[in-house]
Amino acid sequence: MEPITIYKGRAAALDRKNVDTDQIIPKQFLKRIERSGFGEFLFYNWRFDENGKERPDFELNQPHNQNTSILIAGENFGCGSSREHAPWSLKDYGFDIVIAPSFADIFKSNCMKNGMVPMALTQAEVKYLMERVSSLDYELTIDLPNQTLKDDQGFETSFEIHPYWKEMLVKGWDEISITLQYDKEITAYESQKKVISSI
Amino acid sequence: MGKSIIEKIWDRHIVNEEENKPDLLYIDLQYIHEVTSPQAFEGLRLKGRKVRRPDRTFATMDHNVPTVNRYFIEDDIARKQLEALDQNCKEFGIRLADLDSPEQGIVHVIGPELGLTQPGMTIVCGDSHTSTHGAFGSIAFGIGTSEVEHVLATQSLWQTKPKTLKLEVNGKLGHGVMAKDVILYVISKFGVDFGTGYIIEYCGEVFREMSMEERMTVCNMSIEGGARAGLVAPDETTFSYLKGRKYVPKGEEFEQCVQDWKLLSSDEDAVYDQEIILDGSLISPMVSWGTNPGMASGVDGKVPTFAEDIIDSKELNRALEYMGLEEGMPITEIPVQHVFIGSCTNSRIEDLRQAAEMIEGQEVQKGVRAMVVPGSQSVKRQAEDEGLDEIFKSAGFEWRESGCSMCLSMNPDAVPSGEHCASTSNRNFEGRQGAGARTHLVSPAMAAAAAIYGKFVDIRNLKKSEQVH
Repeated sequence: MEPITIYKGRAAALDRKNVDTDQIIPKQFLKRIERSGFGEFLFYNWRFDENGKERPDFELNQPHNQNTSILIAGENFGCGSSREHAPWSLKDYGFDIVIAPSFADIFKSNCMKNGMVPMALTQAEVKYLMERVSSLDYELTIDLPNQTLKDDQGFETSFEIHPYWKEMLVKGWDEISITLQYDKEITAYESQKKVISSI
Repeated sequence: MGKSIIEKIWDRHIVNEEENKPDLLYIDLQYIHEVTSPQAFEGLRLKGRKVRRPDRTFATMDHNVPTVNRYFIEDDIARKQLEALDQNCKEFGIRLADLDSPEQGIVHVIGPELGLTQPGMTIVCGDSHTSTHGAFGSIAFGIGTSEVEHVLATQSLWQTKPKTLKLEVNGKLGHGVMAKDVILYVISKFGVDFGTGYIIEYCGEVFREMSMEERMTVCNMSIEGGARAGLVAPDETTFSYLKGRKYVPKGEEFEQCVQDWKLLSSDEDAVYDQEIILDGSLISPMVSWGTNPGMASGVDGKVPTFAEDIIDSKELNRALEYMGLEEGMPITEIPVQHVFIGSCTNSRIEDLRQAAEMIEGQEVQKGVRAMVVPGSQSVKRQAEDEGLDEIFKSAGFEWRESGCSMCLSMNPDAVPSGEHCASTSNRNFEGRQGAGARTHLVSPAMAAAAAIYGKFVDIRNLKKSEQVH
């Protein structure tokens, strides 16, 4: 996993609430057995019409949203299915950071396992950012170790992230190798037979 | 201060607790299916890692499987995914209910059926509807593929303790009001994210009186309210369902388990982070009209209007446009061209019995295509033993093989663009049942009645003698 510390980028706004993972990556693209190559299918049914032609009115197809790496969306982003293909497709398309007033639990966790930051800001802050991002010279700077986000017009705010996840993202660690260091504790737990019954 | 069942199960599973870290939680059981596991197994292979507890892992094939001609999978990529699961299970020594197995079915149907799901357990699966298993008084939640790999390798997960929500529904449900209606009512009232960050405990007379299958329907849709997990404390209904099932301990060991399971119930003085109390007698049969499960109304109600200001006007506009509906339209005027009875929410034997009872001796309305997809091979066999398949077939329903089918249409079963489907599944998201498909979530009895009438009807007004043909 690529470490994230100080991050600069332009943002795209998707001003919709309750964006579910079926929209982020529709089911017909879940049959692949690889982790890579999902970006071209991101928001497929919103991006393309039934003939595979780009829908010009969809937010991410608009010229000012090209070459952006931060996605700003409405509340409860990533609800629905647990498919990790959702963050895989966002990341592969080019988004490393998603900002929204709130996230669905499973999606949030899936992002952090893939070196992406799901950043919850207030409704007012999200609105402020959405109003500005269409300007081509508007850039955001995220300082993950200090948990701050700022623009170049004097706006600055902080965001919450669990220290465990922050460390994982900043250092780009593989979580399983950390947990395997707890093998002794897991074995001890299993031998206490707290596990209720055999199956 | 007393503890809730949620805290009791959580505390029993803590492997490691330290400052600035989530708890390392032991996972008793992981279910696996073909769609969310291949990358996890590949991850293990790349690092030379093993599956720590194949004996606590159980796999099935459900999402991709055709429900007719199940051995003939036209889609090469889907077939490769099924083959990958088969190979992975062989390589890592995991039990698999494949297409040849009499135990095959939707993962959330077969787990309880086989008695793998038991009270007090922590259960995960790479599928958000894992919350279903909470019906047995377990903490069961959906995870992503990275976490699937993590559990395969370590049989544990780092988890921050969720908040607790007590959702109490008292009183008696009216005639024709089912478990599905209760959970749709709750989500329509509080929204699709009221449960985010919480585990729900369903309490009160309404859930106490439910059968295990009804409790599964409710817990299944916890995730549609944003809660990763929802549970019902185990009681005599739970124990008698479990007794004698394949993987449930037998004899003296079973009695010991029951004694232990009884200890799980929340203490009377347990404190929750949030409590909601509702009156079950106020619930009508529900129909979703929009593009998320919170956009639902009683069948005797109407599609909301912009003036009512119940839903954000931009969201309402998008939903009405996608669904092809007018604001203020009575629910009973929505036409229905497709009926799907199936999915991990409503494909168990009681669901099929309720649907069959509704249509017995009648015929599917002309122009309506209706299908029943039993949740498992075992449900299918039982329904056939009871003659339910004949009732469905003679009414004009298609009778299929078990799988997820038209709940998410990863297999060839889909609804054409612009057409309406009365569906017993759990999600009415845009495109879920096919590009442009218009899904309406309902109970099995409501779906069956919609097949007969070609529109939604208030089943409370139907008398047995009242037949359309």
